[in-house]
Amino acid sequence: MNHQASATGIGASVLRTEDLRFVRGKGRYTDDIVLANQTFAYVLRSPHAYATIGRIDTTAVQKAPGVVLVLTSADMTKLGGLPCGWLIHNKDGSPMKEPKHPVLAEGMVRHVGDPVAVVVAETYAQARDAAELIEVDYKPLPAVMDMAQALKSPGIHDAAPNNLCFDWHLGDESATAAAFVKAAHVTKLDLVNNRLVPNAIEPRCCIGDYNTATGEHTIYTSNQNPHVIRLLAGAFVLATPEHKIRVVAPDVGGGFGSKIYLYAEEIIVTVAAQKLGRPVKWNSDRSEAFLSDAQGRDHKTKVELALDDKGKFLGLRVNTLANMGAYLSTFASVIPTFLHGTLLAGNYTTPAIYVNVKAVFTNTVPVDAYRGAGRPEATYLLERVIDLAAHETKRDPADLRRMNFIRPDQFPYATPVALTYDTGNYQRTLDMALAAADYKNFPARKTEAEKRGRLRGIGIANYIEACGIAPSNIAGALGSRAGGYECGTIRVNPTGSVTVLTGSHSHGQGHETTFAQLISDKLGIPFDQVDVVHGDTAKIAFGMGTYGSRSLAVGGSALVKAADKIIAKGKKIAAHMLEVSEHDIAFENGAFKVAGTDRQKTMGEIAFQAYVPHNFPLETLEPGLEETAFYDPKNFTYPAGTYVCEVEIDPDTGVTTIVNFCAADDFGKIINPMIVEGQVHGGIAQGIGQALLEHCIYNSDGQLITGSYMDYAMPRADDLPMFKVTLTDEPTPCTHNPLGVKGCGEAGAIGSPPAVINAIVNALADYGITHIDMPATPQAVWRAIQNAPRG
Amino acid sequence: MYDFNYTRPTSVPEARAAFAASDDALWLAGGQTLIPTLKQRLRRPSALIDLSGLRGLNEVQVMGAKVMIGALATHAAVANSPITKKRIPALAALAGGIGDAQVRHRGTLGGSIANADPAADYPAAVVALGAEVVTDKRKIAGDGFFKGLFETALEPGELITSVHFNIPDKAAYVKFPNPASRFALVGVFVAKFKDHVRVAVTGAAPSVFRVPSVEEALAKNFSPDVVDGDAVPADGLNSDLHAAGDYRAHLIGVLTKRAVVACA
Amino acid sequence: MPAVNMTVNGKTVTADVEGRTLLVQVLREKLGLTGTHVGCDTSQCGACVVHMNSISVKSCTVLALQADGAEVTTIEGLSSGTDIHPMQQAFREHHGLQCGFCTPGMIMSAVDLVRRHPSPDEATVRAELDGNLCRCTGYANIVKAVMAGAKAMAAG
Repeated sequence: MNHQASATGIGASVLRTEDLRFVRGKGRYTDDIVLANQTFAYVLRSPHAYATIGRIDTTAVQKAPGVVLVLTSADMTKLGGLPCGWLIHNKDGSPMKEPKHPVLAEGMVRHVGDPVAVVVAETYAQARDAAELIEVDYKPLPAVMDMAQALKSPGIHDAAPNNLCFDWHLGDESATAAAFVKAAHVTKLDLVNNRLVPNAIEPRCCIGDYNTATGEHTIYTSNQNPHVIRLLAGAFVLATPEHKIRVVAPDVGGGFGSKIYLYAEEIIVTVAAQKLGRPVKWNSDRSEAFLSDAQGRDHKTKVELALDDKGKFLGLRVNTLANMGAYLSTFASVIPTFLHGTLLAGNYTTPAIYVNVKAVFTNTVPVDAYRGAGRPEATYLLERVIDLAAHETKRDPADLRRMNFIRPDQFPYATPVALTYDTGNYQRTLDMALAAADYKNFPARKTEAEKRGRLRGIGIANYIEACGIAPSNIAGALGSRAGGYECGTIRVNPTGSVTVLTGSHSHGQGHETTFAQLISDKLGIPFDQVDVVHGDTAKIAFGMGTYGSRSLAVGGSALVKAADKIIAKGKKIAAHMLEVSEHDIAFENGAFKVAGTDRQKTMGEIAFQAYVPHNFPLETLEPGLEETAFYDPKNFTYPAGTYVCEVEIDPDTGVTTIVNFCAADDFGKIINPMIVEGQVHGGIAQGIGQALLEHCIYNSDGQLITGSYMDYAMPRADDLPMFKVTLTDEPTPCTHNPLGVKGCGEAGAIGSPPAVINAIVNALADYGITHIDMPATPQAVWRAIQNAPRG
Repeated sequence: MYDFNYTRPTSVPEARAAFAASDDALWLAGGQTLIPTLKQRLRRPSALIDLSGLRGLNEVQVMGAKVMIGALATHAAVANSPITKKRIPALAALAGGIGDAQVRHRGTLGGSIANADPAADYPAAVVALGAEVVTDKRKIAGDGFFKGLFETALEPGELITSVHFNIPDKAAYVKFPNPASRFALVGVFVAKFKDHVRVAVTGAAPSVFRVPSVEEALAKNFSPDVVDGDAVPADGLNSDLHAAGDYRAHLIGVLTKRAVVACA
Repeated sequence: MPAVNMTVNGKTVTADVEGRTLLVQVLREKLGLTGTHVGCDTSQCGACVVHMNSISVKSCTVLALQADGAEVTTIEGLSSGTDIHPMQQAFREHHGLQCGFCTPGMIMSAVDLVRRHPSPDEATVRAELDGNLCRCTGYANIVKAVMAGAKAMAAG
């Protein structure tokens, strides 16, 4: 690899290529696509959380102006249900319960927003007007909302008695119990990880297009992993082979997990387009998004930490109820299990850990991965219980963490919960974050704030992530029904420019820039001669898509492998052109050189020869210069870091203001620091949103109370401070991928919620307050003060 | 949205005729509440009569001891008017804190008070400044204008033309915004006149209300120390996911004190 | 069906609409100006912000017929061809966007903000962007971009 200093190479904050179209309004999102003769679908949704459906009368709607098609489940009897991609096994080894997730309700609705019928018309307004004419005979049933109550209630699915989806565990239960027996101190905490709505600003949208002559479907969809959608839709629901389905995910306006999954609407537009022989577009409005996009988090947890008399962690025990919602979304089952239980060692040497997770069905919108996906839940409970333990044992929270860190000389480090961390230096990020936050002078700032009638608090959180999902062999053994590799193709065009085709998908992450930097650097091609193509199954060989902070670690590594193949072939071509042995060719700075001479061929000359092979030894050398590689990681990557949050609370109103937020992250090797920092910013904002503002709330009847931005509080510009983000000066590159990168997409959302809550609890410590649940809204803080042990 | 007929008359008589000609017409001023309401299909008018073509209803003028503001003056116009800023800076600040910049560019004074949203800001000013609401038919005292949740003294078809605000000696509006919508969870407008004080609270109850006990105390001694933090009982106050009644009751006390301080 | 006549990005346009047709629908669906986006239905996200008679409005909360006779500028009208408006350039230089969906509305709000506050400080920018939601950036780089864009506009 070339490491010469370059304005566009690895490590440079190159301005983003994609911005040239986005800032001019020239992006092309799914709803911007207009197909000839396009029709519009409106999905009629259940107003009830739980009801049986007697009869659906569509007589009137069929005759309404503009209506061309009406669909109910009766029109979809040949379709499979929406599949779940990860099979979790119960403690006793039996498989989880997987009740059918029908595309349209089959005799029963199980959450407000459950799709019941579809009207397709010439205009969207006509479809929506006409849908009001559908008569649905609902017989409402008492909604099952609370998880603990659900486990004592009849199942909302016959296949899942008492609403238990699975009862999973990990770790050594008896060793953990023994650790608690010998503990000098045990800290216990009950906490809630609040349900969130992902809220990508682009609402979901999809278009079905069917070619009646060839029988080929094209699905345009706002999605993070088009090949996965093709596989799930084709193999599990439509029973249509891959070569008859093309999935295009063009510019996508944010995902945060919510656009990973196969949704009913993608099937609906595909089926409708085939029945009509015309394109069918469905575009969600925001109110619909609140009722139909998979939601996030929603755990109730009891955590216990055992410490010895010196403060060393001896054991950790976690019991969690995880809300699955009404159906299993595509990756719902893996979130509270292998993306949560396996992270409970955190950055620490806790020798015995046991976690039990019961996943529960309720009459709510399905829950699945949302930025961080299980890891924020693990980090939150761990960093909260450690803070509480520090408080109870009168230790400095930074010191208690430090003394329990896995030290740099202990890597590779096998945790008691199934992971082996390759590298890390947690002391360094802690030191850097504390220095940036001026931790040692906090008492003076607290005193000064008191004079102004403000309560000041400081909170620390360390985090570790497992990114780059996932090694296929490990994932498969744990129940994954998919692989964890990524695929990439590098096509050197005849004139020497390069087209990079990646199975990763950018919906804000800037791959068109980062991947171009990577390949420009690797092949010695000018940055502006590299074009990155993603999001189309017809163009890209295969792909697993973008989620779990995996694009660079896995997708980027696949491109490195493909580039290595290009270089290997280039050497053969150069050897032929220069009439030497390929072993005498070295690739340096974009040129193929005969070692020890000044004879060389540029990549452009090699490429031209590859496509104009007038004098090629065709028996040993194929024309063309294009290589595809699949990269399957050997392990997860383990980014880590420390976040320090400082708050001031107005005790009269309960308002919390974040006065300082410092992050120190170790993402291993960095390709584009500007983009990495931006990813951290966005994650922190979402984490602060979770900690202070955001809460998805249903009432006891299962109606969504926070169903719009009028009630669901999204962070705005004036809710947030400038963040001080630093990348560690002692990075610990990943040891098992060719780039040494670790991934940065979710870190901010993982580390920030506990940092904020620890700061708030610290500010309220004088009242005897030891915990507050998220979101710590003004009312919640005020009420905590009113009910405090010491007023 | 359900479909409707749209007209944009150019005079008040023409507007009244258009209103009368339709079974279920609604006035459309800035539309910043009405259009989202229609988009949610919560109302189904047969006609919208757009008032933006009416001339002379968006001016801000001094009239003796009052500031007269036309019903169609946008929140931005009220916020930025040199007259409001000089004569009733609290009113300018209130208008400058409604919604967001784009809402302030379209939303109007008349539209806001006619809608009588319990969490709107303007009702607090109308009541605290003892304003008079002038319509195409009559003058309505601000104290009697707001009748309840989305209810006013306006008769069907009655059109607000302007609002006359008394110029106070000192005034301040302090708002605690709903973290999601940014409407007033509680908003308190304190206005000190030569011989009396008015305190009006919005956001906390189905409709704006005054707090006579606090007004009397402040009339005697205009100091935050005399404000009884528990003057308004929690019973009867709005209670929702963002604030239960007791929290709103508490905030009324806190914000009233802060408004008194801000008057200084 | 009534017709709306407007000047959009300097060109006179006419479109047949229903009473209920929104300005944003005319821009996107009739005129193909898909840079103006729709991200919510309660007038809060600001992805649809355009300039109407030189001030910023939410085009999802303006009826098309209300814009009859108006001059409308969308993100596509802020610069032409390969030209770039200083605010557009500032958003790129300060990494003030990620997925790009909120960006056109954010930029249109920012340009209008600078019209009203020619050299805004951080607090002013944050307060004035109340009507624009971004889920990607955490706003820090947007705020930096708007302040830099304001300087560039003043210099330009």
